[in-house]
Amino acid sequence: MSDATPRIVTANWGNADVFGIDGYTAAGGYEGLRAALAMSPADLIDVVKASGLRGRGGAGFPTGVKWSFVPQDTGKPTYVVANFDESEPGTFSNREIVEREPHRFLEGVAIASYAVQSHQAFVYCRGEFLWPGQILEGAIRDAYTKGVFGESVLGSGYALDLVLHRGAGAYICGEETALLSSLEGFRGQPRLRPPFPAVEGLYASPTVINNVETLANVPSIVTRGAGWFAGIGTEKSPGTKIFSVSGKVERPGNYELPMGTPLRTVLEAAGGMLAGGALKAWTPGGSSTPMLTAEHLDVGLDFESVAAAGSLLGTGAIIVMDQTDCIVEAARRLVQFYAHESCGKCTPCREGTWWVSRVLGRIEQGYGREEDLPLLDELGRNILFKAFCALADGAVSPIQSSLKYFRQEYETHIAERRCPFTGRGPGAAAEPETEMTEVPA
Amino acid sequence: MAVLGDEDRRAAEAIMARYPDGRARSAVLPLLYLMQSVEGSVTQDGLREVAELLGIRTAEVEAVASFYTMLRLRPTGTHVISVCTNLSCALRGAGDVFDAALEATGVEHGQETSTDGAFTIHEEECLGACDAAPVAQIDFANHDRVTPERMAELVEAVRSGEVPEPSRGRAPKDFRHASRVLAGVPGGSGSERVSASGSPPGAGVPGGSGSERVSASGSPPGDGAEEPA
Repeated sequence: MSDATPRIVTANWGNADVFGIDGYTAAGGYEGLRAALAMSPADLIDVVKASGLRGRGGAGFPTGVKWSFVPQDTGKPTYVVANFDESEPGTFSNREIVEREPHRFLEGVAIASYAVQSHQAFVYCRGEFLWPGQILEGAIRDAYTKGVFGESVLGSGYALDLVLHRGAGAYICGEETALLSSLEGFRGQPRLRPPFPAVEGLYASPTVINNVETLANVPSIVTRGAGWFAGIGTEKSPGTKIFSVSGKVERPGNYELPMGTPLRTVLEAAGGMLAGGALKAWTPGGSSTPMLTAEHLDVGLDFESVAAAGSLLGTGAIIVMDQTDCIVEAARRLVQFYAHESCGKCTPCREGTWWVSRVLGRIEQGYGREEDLPLLDELGRNILFKAFCALADGAVSPIQSSLKYFRQEYETHIAERRCPFTGRGPGAAAEPETEMTEVPA
Repeated sequence: MAVLGDEDRRAAEAIMARYPDGRARSAVLPLLYLMQSVEGSVTQDGLREVAELLGIRTAEVEAVASFYTMLRLRPTGTHVISVCTNLSCALRGAGDVFDAALEATGVEHGQETSTDGAFTIHEEECLGACDAAPVAQIDFANHDRVTPERMAELVEAVRSGEVPEPSRGRAPKDFRHASRVLAGVPGGSGSERVSASGSPPGAGVPGGSGSERVSASGSPPGDGAEEPA
């Protein structure tokens, strides 16, 4: 593999043997942990800081800085929690990391734990990931057997335990404070920050929460050095990103490419548009990031460039739509998801997402009214930044971005009183007072 | 009536012991899964027994249980079929797959469980396998790129007592068994078969996609679908 296309997290994906601990170790696995244990925790944190690694779970916060926030003088235990709740629609990189090379992730957990001097780590695995959870159970057991976890990690005298904890079906538990509530045995509802988890997280103790892909980068940073990592990608978004490409492409899948790679190149890696279709719209980072269009083919996929284009890199989950896909339906499905997953804590989110999905549903089915578009604008404004956590803001992304780029398509649905793609709806010739017979969900 | 027998009671204690001293409440989800594995859903008896194990009120347990979709507080089919209809799957025809699941199982519109009690259909919000869209799960085992015809076949196979081979991993035999796996009961998950040097069972290549990342050796030999432990 040339330096032009460096692969870090997926470098061993062609080698099936790295699934097990022996194969992983034979491929150089757990060398990063060994090297980390030979360093002081402070030096280790400095390496990760210098690498510029930023969280891959969506927020992009610098990982080393996050670790450095953990106070070491509280008299309380420190916890590390790996966030494997991967549930942002369109995102599936963490799952494949675990399915192919679970020990790379576990090695990252152990290094992070040593860096913040935690003796108890958890993996929060989403419940629907039945098989990945079984893989982790087996991998954790093997890691204990080989001395990766336990009373003396790789003979260093540093003790670390790791517990697998399964969720039970709730998107919001990917939000770090909701995840902590869930792990403590409560409803998965978000908490106010501050205090931030680094200071008062799990059981009101200092806690680091990192995403699986973030942690899977760490072993290579330790073995190959901060400078090597910082030299990949862009200055402010170093390293690579696994882009999860789905929808209307020839080869949906995970593609690891340097940060800053333009969408055009990512689409080419995924085999191009399905059946030669035309790119109409895409999300850069999952359902909660504003849609972009074919105008944005050359936007570099890094935190800064995507933000400059008016969206967010998020999880790097690229959902691709072509000219045959109805934007109103896409927006309705996405908002309906948020309506379903709203935890109910905040009124703008709980009620707002429900009303928006109803309005989008009636437009989609040919029963929209002229006043619906200003109504959607207003509802969006009244949800955005008005709720406790980012779930509500995520719900606004498909509303506002689809109206921004595809307002004409909404107007056509309303004027023709049918969906121009499916033909469903009463049609312009129907009696004006024709009402919906079936209420959309 | 006690939901858990002696052996399961010991399993419950082992589950609680995973968490730090004084933090047994963290075990509420796995304990609820354990009750579900015995009764096929979470009943009032199950809620009460979890509360008793944790030393909290039944209402507190119910408040938690009612938050999570994988804990079923209503009568539930022997098998739960989850069909993702979120955007990535919808773009690849998930709507028709969902309708096919309803038709094949005989679950009526607006209902979730078939009258014969064999199937519950759950419209799922993204299963994190969008590379294999449209995706469905039978008792939480993944089936990739499901067509309406394939969904009908899968339902027929389950109805005749088969456990269809999933796209990856091992399939639980029914929803109760899946709940047992989710509880993380020692010996109940089948994860022992994931040996130190072994290759992943099943087809092995998630999604089977992305020529760049799937090298010539990228498809590990599967050991097929085994009977669950």
